[in-house]
Amino acid sequence: MKRYSALALLKAGLTGQRGWEQAWRDPEPKKSYDIIIIGGGGHGLATAYYLAKVHGLRNIAVLEKGWIGGGNTGRNTTIVRSNYRQKPLHDLFDFALDLWEGMSDALNFNVMFSPRGALFLGHSDGDMTVLAQRGDALRCDGIDADLLTRAQVQKLVPLLDMAPDARFPIHGGLIQRRGGTARHDAVAWGYARAADALGVDVIQKCEVTGFAMTGGRVSGVATTRGPIAAGRVGICVAGNSGPVAAFAGLQLPIEAQTLQAFVTEPVKPMIDTVIMSQSLHCYISQSDKGGIVLGGDPDQFPSYAQRGLPPRIEKAAAEAIALVPALSRLRMVRCWAGTTDMSFDGSPILSALPVDGLYLNGGWCYGGFKATPASGWCYAHVLATGDTHPLAAPFAFDRFARGATIDEAGVGVLPQLR
Amino acid sequence: MLQIGCPFCGARAQSEFSYERTLDSIVTLEMPANEAVRRLYARANPRGFDEELWRHAFGCRQWLVLHRHRQTHEIASVAAFDPAHR
Repeated sequence: MKRYSALALLKAGLTGQRGWEQAWRDPEPKKSYDIIIIGGGGHGLATAYYLAKVHGLRNIAVLEKGWIGGGNTGRNTTIVRSNYRQKPLHDLFDFALDLWEGMSDALNFNVMFSPRGALFLGHSDGDMTVLAQRGDALRCDGIDADLLTRAQVQKLVPLLDMAPDARFPIHGGLIQRRGGTARHDAVAWGYARAADALGVDVIQKCEVTGFAMTGGRVSGVATTRGPIAAGRVGICVAGNSGPVAAFAGLQLPIEAQTLQAFVTEPVKPMIDTVIMSQSLHCYISQSDKGGIVLGGDPDQFPSYAQRGLPPRIEKAAAEAIALVPALSRLRMVRCWAGTTDMSFDGSPILSALPVDGLYLNGGWCYGGFKATPASGWCYAHVLATGDTHPLAAPFAFDRFARGATIDEAGVGVLPQLR
Repeated sequence: MLQIGCPFCGARAQSEFSYERTLDSIVTLEMPANEAVRRLYARANPRGFDEELWRHAFGCRQWLVLHRHRQTHEIASVAAFDPAHR
């Protein structure tokens, strides 16, 4: 692999941009691999990269039914943060944030990680109490969190509607300054290129259609490009975990739902932080291209359609405009939808399954992108060693039967409650 | 948005309804623990038809059973929920 560098860029610029090599190979599937990862999204490719980089394994394949990063990796709102209230979650996401900080260097690929701050707004005394509690919990675990006054919030985001009779009055906020955004496609491309350079086969247009079983153990996969044997198989297809696990006769505590996002026409810089809210479900950030990226609630009924309901977009837009009235002048240029794996407690599943040789990385609900490096790191650990990584231990498949759920939003352990 | 034919009110917009859960995930008090856990936490989650419990929350408030395709969104049938169903 030729390294990308400022010098290489300059040289190519002077020689007509010729001589760039293909970023990763397009290999034919081999007959057999030590480890097969189903799903070439950010999580699957990160898993393959860390299997090669950290555990020194080489005989690995990532099987992707479409093209890499074409699923939820390319459909999220690119927000990266670790300020979750529950300890198992913020420990996992903060490990991810550490990896995000060094990712462009580690992969020799600019993932455009931009720690511009992730701000939660508080709109009432109740909101501020919850934000203060969360901030305390985070700081106790060494994670950065600053409670902001109303004046501090106003200074940070001058375009907010600060009127006392605003629809959502601003009482203050909680900011994680290390949080921000990253270029989501670049994450998939960077991991694919780095994994490929270490010998991993990234195989696109290869859909898994079943598992081969030998003596009750998974011994390979059936694919649209023929059978492939494997020592261990990791499912990493969030959005479609249910149908893939069903090939092994398993049912999961997961329902697929639609989550939408949309973007406005590009404008000059107007919002230089990520705006979220304790009471609303609306995310506002500005992409490097200038578009205002907005997201809202999931559609709250099961669907694989990858297209969402207009009322959800209307609601998110209405909330965004109430917070930042200037947004009302912008035109929406695109909206899209991804299929999320809604687990019943709002937390992921990162663990072995009750079928020997089969593992699951899924159930990321609406928050998988920010976890990409930690998810890959921990999944690689269990696939390489058979032992659960300590950070992933709380996210076991059997936690629901044991009553050890991790209720992300504190609302109860049923899918329709989140 | 879906149009759902409520057996009591006629065709109405989806925004009047709320999805509750799948029909096979109803838990009763006398159910053994392992069966209750299975019904609470195991879902077929198919890329195809499933039987779902919906409620006409902002209409007649009746519970309904929808036979619905999760990829095409085709609704094959809508029926009133029978409370004797287990």
